[in-house]
Amino acid sequence: MNLLEIKDLTQLFSGICAVSELNLEIGHRQLVGLIGPNGAGKTTVFNLVSGFYKPTRGEIIFEGRNLAGLKPHQVSALGITRTFQNIRLWKEMSVLDNILVAQHFQLGYGLGNLFFRTSRYLERESEMRCQALELLEIFKIREYADETPGNLPYGMQRKVEIVRALSSGPKLLLLDEPAAGLQSADVNELIELIKWIFEQFDISIWMIEHQMKVVMTLCSHISVIDFGRLIAQGTPDEIQNNHEVIKAYLGDDNV
Amino acid sequence: MKRLSVPVLLLVLFAVLMGLAWFEVIDVYLQTILLFMGINVIISSSLNLVNGNMGEFSCGHAGFIAVGAYVSSVLSVALFTKSRVFGAPLLPPEWAAFGFPVILIIGGLAAALTGLLVAIPSFRTRDDYLAIITIAANYIIITTIINIDKIGGARGFMGMRRVIFAMEDFAGIPWMILWVFIFMVLTLVIIRRYMSSTYGKGVEAIRQDEVAAEIMSVNTNRVKLITFMLSSGLAGIAGGLYAHAVGYVNPKSFDLLKSTEALVMVYLGGMGSLTGSILSAVLFTLLLELLRPLQIIKWVAIPLLLIIIMQFRPEGIMGHRELSDIFPKLKKFYKFK
Ligand SMILES: Nc1ncnc2c1ncn2[C@@H]1O[C@H](COP(=O)(O)OP(=O)(O)OP(=O)(O)O)[C@@H](O)[C@H]1O
Ligand SMILES: [Mg+2]
Repeated sequence: MNLLEIKDLTQLFSGICAVSELNLEIGHRQLVGLIGPNGAGKTTVFNLVSGFYKPTRGEIIFEGRNLAGLKPHQVSALGITRTFQNIRLWKEMSVLDNILVAQHFQLGYGLGNLFFRTSRYLERESEMRCQALELLEIFKIREYADETPGNLPYGMQRKVEIVRALSSGPKLLLLDEPAAGLQSADVNELIELIKWIFEQFDISIWMIEHQMKVVMTLCSHISVIDFGRLIAQGTPDEIQNNHEVIKAYLGDDNV
Repeated sequence: MKRLSVPVLLLVLFAVLMGLAWFEVIDVYLQTILLFMGINVIISSSLNLVNGNMGEFSCGHAGFIAVGAYVSSVLSVALFTKSRVFGAPLLPPEWAAFGFPVILIIGGLAAALTGLLVAIPSFRTRDDYLAIITIAANYIIITTIINIDKIGGARGFMGMRRVIFAMEDFAGIPWMILWVFIFMVLTLVIIRRYMSSTYGKGVEAIRQDEVAAEIMSVNTNRVKLITFMLSSGLAGIAGGLYAHAVGYVNPKSFDLLKSTEALVMVYLGGMGSLTGSILSAVLFTLLLELLRPLQIIKWVAIPLLLIIIMQFRPEGIMGHRELSDIFPKLKKFYKFK
């Protein structure tokens, strides 16, 4: 059984067809890419998978379970988390709190426990805190635990957002243009980071990326969409030499 | 000592206030101002939960205060006093001393339930509808009260004085100072615990980026409902205290003017700041007393004040900070949880 199966996925926005009859599969322990020109519908696919939009048609099956009707918070509890094209950290909250809030699906205490500060509540709070700090330690950003994200350099914010998405122990991590806005030195660092995450965690990663260097070095399999349609898929080599892809990126005249 | 400093300080304050009232060092008028201060702390800190911490815009806080005021007043008058409407007391009047907090909580629960009824449609649609729906709810609640003749309608409802007398028959202490103080501290502890928990931080996350909150596993709809219910429930308790402190309620005392007062306190003190809520409630109560001779003109002065605050210090006196953020050294001396 595949980890994620997308069947005939279609999303219409008042007339425009942002995603059209998309069929895709992602297996366990895979690092795969989704590319396409601007406005091709890539982010929309992620928004559909994370439950943010209800698909006009089609199905999204995660670990054999149809995600139809689930709210985003339920989808993330099942094990799909993501980052955003433009970083969406909570800017006025410390880095540590950013990680903690992402544990909402596994708080393990109710309001009664909270208001009476029962031992269950105190245990869970300190457990979650320790785990979050450990994670920050692993990613060597423990020193920023009390910093607000707004005070961190852009590249670091990207990293914190990735760590936040990883903190809930997802099975599928969606990265929407993780290299966007990064300097080339930072891009190299990001490539290493994603590689490292993929090796260390039992996880599949699906990334959208415009920087070919990033996708081509990291991904074992790439899907290309244009105007919401899947136009090609295959290994990086196959994609680089695919006519449809070159046409989509460079326009008809250049072929 | 760090853990004890706040409880000790509160106990001392409590003892001083009780002593001053008991030995009549301060007269009834001053006592009433103190009671209003405490009640206003509950009102402003509970509204701040929704408008400051959660970043929504609730404009009808007085509606929930009214529900709590009427429910607890009717209950306490019916249970503990002989009244024209409800006849003989249903319970021995001396029980009022212990029954009163229970009745306050029932009033709070009724207000919280009303809050739920208001919140469900508001958060289902777009969040900016909350402002309109809460204003409408405020009106509906008052109109409903006006139309229930049994509880006095537009004339108002009284008899709560006799409940206090019943408590005083049991023991001659300044009961209202006691209850207002206890419930004020309880409110602050509840809000503090809520907002410092990971659950409560979800409320802050909703304000800062609701989409990110939902996608990072925060059940935003539920958190919003619960926060709104907590806020309106606490407002209901403030209402019960107010009704018994004054001894008389009237639908008019809970109209949009009262809701505006609550808003002024929140914006004066600072969004999302508990310290700010306390500070502004105390200042605002004093200000209202000073402006009392102006009568209706104070309703020119107060909105003007609101405009001036918004112009020159839109984040309020504290603005998302607590005392310990401004004086970090104080953290060594106290811990409030
Ligand atoms: N909520 C929405 N309402 C209406 N149209 C939308 C919405 N979201 C996306 N679209 C449209 O759908 C199309 C695909 O957008 P999408 O953001 O998925 O593209 P993308 O491939 O992520 O592009 P980019 O590389 O620029 O990020 C665009 O034409 C966009 O304008
Ligand atoms: Mg995009």
